[in-house]
Amino acid sequence: MSETKQQLAALTEMRALMERSSRFLSLSGLSGVWAGLCALTGAAVVYLYLGMRPLSSAPISYYEQAVRTLRWGMSYKTFFLVTALAVLVLALAGGLFFTNRKARRQGHKTWDASSRRMLIAMAVPLFTGGIFSLALLHWDLPALVAPATLVFYGLALVNASKFTLHDVEYLGLSEIALGLAGMFFLGFGLELWAAGFGILHIAYGSWMYMKYER
Amino acid sequence: MKNIITQLNPAFDHRNRLGIMSILVVNDWVEYNTLKELLNLTDGNLASHLKALESAAYITIQKRFVGRKPQTSYAATDAGKAAFKTHLDTLEAILRMAREGEDD
Repeated sequence: MSETKQQLAALTEMRALMERSSRFLSLSGLSGVWAGLCALTGAAVVYLYLGMRPLSSAPISYYEQAVRTLRWGMSYKTFFLVTALAVLVLALAGGLFFTNRKARRQGHKTWDASSRRMLIAMAVPLFTGGIFSLALLHWDLPALVAPATLVFYGLALVNASKFTLHDVEYLGLSEIALGLAGMFFLGFGLELWAAGFGILHIAYGSWMYMKYER
Repeated sequence: MKNIITQLNPAFDHRNRLGIMSILVVNDWVEYNTLKELLNLTDGNLASHLKALESAAYITIQKRFVGRKPQTSYAATDAGKAAFKTHLDTLEAILRMAREGEDD
C-alpha cells in the first residue's frame, strides 16, 4: 500500500507543478481590497469636484454637470485625467506591495514567467480601453467614459484569469456586466463605476484573501 | 497488478523527471533557470534528468543568446507528451485497482 501512497504523492506534486508553472498564484486578495479603496476615494473626490451626491435626484446628470464645472482651477477633462491617473498609480503601487509580500511568504518570485504572461494578457485590452476612453473625452463624450473603462477592465481580467487564480474571471465578468448596464443607464455611470472598481474589488479581494491566505 | 506496473515508462522512473514533464506539458518553452527554481534542484541533478529525457526524444532544446547571455529553453515533444499521458493513465489505473482492492 505504501507504493500506492507514493504514487498518489507523486500525482499531487505533479499537479502542483503544473499549476505553479503556468499560473501566477501569488496574486494577493489584499491587492484587490486596496485597489477598491483607492477607487472609492477617487469616486468621492469626483463627487466633491462636481458638487454632487451619489444616487441624488439632481435635475441634471453628472456628465452634464461636468461639462460646466471649473473647480480647483481645472476643467473637467484635466480633472478626470489627473484623478484617474492618481487612482491607477496608487492602486498599482499598493497592489504590488501586497502581492510582493504574499510571494515572499510563499517563497516564490513576484517577477517570473507566469506573472509576465499574466501582465501581457492584461495589457492589450487595458491599453486599448485607455486609448478608447481618451478618444471619448477628446470628442466630448464624457458620459461613455465610466462604462467603457468598466467593460475594458473586465475584458482585461477575463483574459488575465487564464494565467492566474480562476476567481479573477468572475470578477472580470461582473465588471463587464456593470459596464454594459452603464452603457444604457448613463445617469448612473459614476455609481456603477464606484460599484465595479470600488465595491467589487473589495468584495472579491476579501473573499480571495479568506480563501487562499488565511 | 504486476502486469500493469511493467507498463510504467522507465524513462519517467524518477519524481524529478515527472516534475520536468509536468511543467513542460502545460508550457510552450521553459528556461533552464525557471525549471531549476520550480523543481528546487541542483545544476548537476537537473542536467542529468534533462539529458535522460532528451535522449529518449521526449524533450527538445533551444539555445539562443539574449544580449550576451546564452539562454537554454526546453519544450516537450509530441512523443514526450504522448508518453507522459500514457504514463499518467497507467498510474491512474494502478491507483484505481489499489482502491478496488481496499474495498474488497
